[in-house]
Amino acid sequence: MSAMDQDTGMFKVQQTIGSVLCCKCGVPMPPNAANMCVNCLRSEVDITEGLQKSIQIFYCPECGCYLQPPKTWIKAQWESKELLTFCIKRLKNLNKVKLKNAEFVWTEPHSKRIKVKLTVQAEVLNGAVLEQSYPVEYTVRDNLCESCSRFQANPDQWVASVQLRQHVSHRRTFFYLEQLILRHDAASRAIRIQQVDQGIDFFFGNKSHANSFIEFLRKVVPIEYRQDQQLVSHDVKSSLYNYKYTYSVKICPICREDLICLPSKVASGLGNLGPLVVCTKVSDNITILDPRTLRCAFLDARQYFRSGFRSALTSRQLVKYFVFDVEAPVGEATVGGQKYALSYVQIARESDIGKMFYVQTHLGHILKSGDQALGYDIYSANVNDDEMEKYRLSVKNGLPEAILIKKCYDEQRERKKGKPRAFTTKKLPMEMDESRGARVDPEKMENEYEEFLRDLEENPELRFNISLYKNKDYQESETASMTDGEGAPTVPIEELLAELELSEEEEEGDDEEDMDE
Amino acid sequence: MGDMMAGLQFENNCEVGVFSKLTNAYCLVAIGGSENFYSAFESELADVIPIVKTSLGGTRIIGRLCAGNKNGLLVPHTTTDQELQHLRNSLPDQVVVQRIEERLSALGNCIACNDHVALAHTDLDKETEEIIADVLGVEVFRQTIAGNILVGSYCALSNRGGIVHPHTSVEDLDELSTLLQVPLVAGTVNRGSEVIGAGMTVNDWTAFCGSDTTATELSVIDSIFKLREAQPSSIVDEMRKSLIDTYV
Repeated sequence: MSAMDQDTGMFKVQQTIGSVLCCKCGVPMPPNAANMCVNCLRSEVDITEGLQKSIQIFYCPECGCYLQPPKTWIKAQWESKELLTFCIKRLKNLNKVKLKNAEFVWTEPHSKRIKVKLTVQAEVLNGAVLEQSYPVEYTVRDNLCESCSRFQANPDQWVASVQLRQHVSHRRTFFYLEQLILRHDAASRAIRIQQVDQGIDFFFGNKSHANSFIEFLRKVVPIEYRQDQQLVSHDVKSSLYNYKYTYSVKICPICREDLICLPSKVASGLGNLGPLVVCTKVSDNITILDPRTLRCAFLDARQYFRSGFRSALTSRQLVKYFVFDVEAPVGEATVGGQKYALSYVQIARESDIGKMFYVQTHLGHILKSGDQALGYDIYSANVNDDEMEKYRLSVKNGLPEAILIKKCYDEQRERKKGKPRAFTTKKLPMEMDESRGARVDPEKMENEYEEFLRDLEENPELRFNISLYKNKDYQESETASMTDGEGAPTVPIEELLAELELSEEEEEGDDEEDMDE
Repeated sequence: MGDMMAGLQFENNCEVGVFSKLTNAYCLVAIGGSENFYSAFESELADVIPIVKTSLGGTRIIGRLCAGNKNGLLVPHTTTDQELQHLRNSLPDQVVVQRIEERLSALGNCIACNDHVALAHTDLDKETEEIIADVLGVEVFRQTIAGNILVGSYCALSNRGGIVHPHTSVEDLDELSTLLQVPLVAGTVNRGSEVIGAGMTVNDWTAFCGSDTTATELSVIDSIFKLREAQPSSIVDEMRKSLIDTYV
């Protein structure tokens, strides 16, 4: 009965609560502030008086959203936490009592009723706190939200379109752009994407979406664009005009590995850069390298489009050479993170091994005798370029017979032929344009894509802004590690991202991310 | 004829114990606008004990200001001389009326007593305690009820039983019961009111309760004060003879 209180050393008598009779119904109960049993108290006082018990909410059956007036539509699943929060928010007067608990009561989904059981607490009489639960019924009415109704009226409704074009004969730039766009989620708000000859069309529902897409493009490739608009409808009374906006975007036609003969004005503007230059990198500005002097220059979009020169020879015209002899480099330079070494080499074309050329090349650092290289055959090429002709006439010694561009790994690739790559890439949801006259040859596309992938393998700087995913089918084979000399360059496995199986969202990774399962 | 009157109201107020004081030898009633209150008491008690209409210190809350039993009556220092004289004249001779000088002047709130034993406020003066023991002829115990020092407000006591504050613990109840030598119960009056001393007034054969009192409460009062079997005359006679000895 009595217990020693250890802490204070005081003698404390244990108190047992007695029981009194409820003053109304006479049932024995422990005493409380009102001295009435709970049932009697409940019958006396109703704390839910004045609270809303039934209310109407609007639901869009197309997109599954509920309306929060005046204009917001909130997406919520049936019987989810968001729906519960939304339902409670719609009730007025709920701040007079304290909300203890809320839960859904099961209703048939077709009944168009949602029932929520709320448990509230409030103070009654002389300090007794009473808890009571009561159901609230929500009547669900179907009402298409604005965007869905607009979409229903005209599914093809776009407000702004971006027509992206590059007037070259290959689609390499577009493959690369596709990967970039996927990585940065730039086209997430596009209603439709259509692939056309020499370009891609993007359709947006909003002018500002199109604008932000163009800003993104401007950061990754040199572009020039113009904007036009077309009147769709006109409300006379309120002077509201509805337009369709079209952006015509041109990407500069200079690509990587192109041979360019600069017009004299541009060459002198860049400090007398030898008119024959090679384009080494295209990002938001163009990097051109003079293979004779190992000097580099950068042209940004504005500078390029002022003169608008075109390349003399493109990568289609690359020819395979055998390298017989490489001399020691006479000069070295590191330009834009890339090392170059100037040296003289003896080469011959694969098609005509008898004819040997002795030329200068900037690839002295990677070429060894016995290698294969790709380069432009200026000796026998028929170049359709005014600048080139002017230069040919003006120069005393004649043009260089060949300019080597890159090393060729075809031999090593032979060994790996047919085996799947370690990585895969994702694709944008594009529609093919069947309606126009231009037929797109699927085999040509395949070859081009294969070359693009090879490009990716060879150039780590290209991979910088792209997400590559682990190929699930790829198995690391024992013989993959080459024992005899170097193999074809591949993407190191640390750069590959594991695919997220759960949802559409890509991880906003830093690129060189470790594999995470 | 032991009975209980329920449904009393003094000027629309159910707190009967505030406006009246009932003992085995007399009854004091406050002066109200209408005679209903007085007639209720009169109908029950007219032949048996004197019913005196009075005020104390000019106020009507006489039940809470004075404390008494069949032996005597204690009134606070605020009582005027006329009132004192009026009381002395109206009450039977064996009842000693005494005015006491005490800081705590609401004697009805501070003292709960029956004819044998009294509970007192813990801060009462030593002198006052002696006067109580003297005038009322009781044994005085300083106690609290459910942690409240106003013992007179939170319990209603008669020679046969008592009701205390509903939050009193079981141990306290036992202790008080042993001291007072009567059965005690924790209960409420006037629809759950905890201030029992103010809500009702009781003697050995009658009890008067406010109009808000529920049937449950009435039955509790009935059983603890043993009002069914009580006869007024026999009790009054018995008391003249000897002490009543009842154990819990």
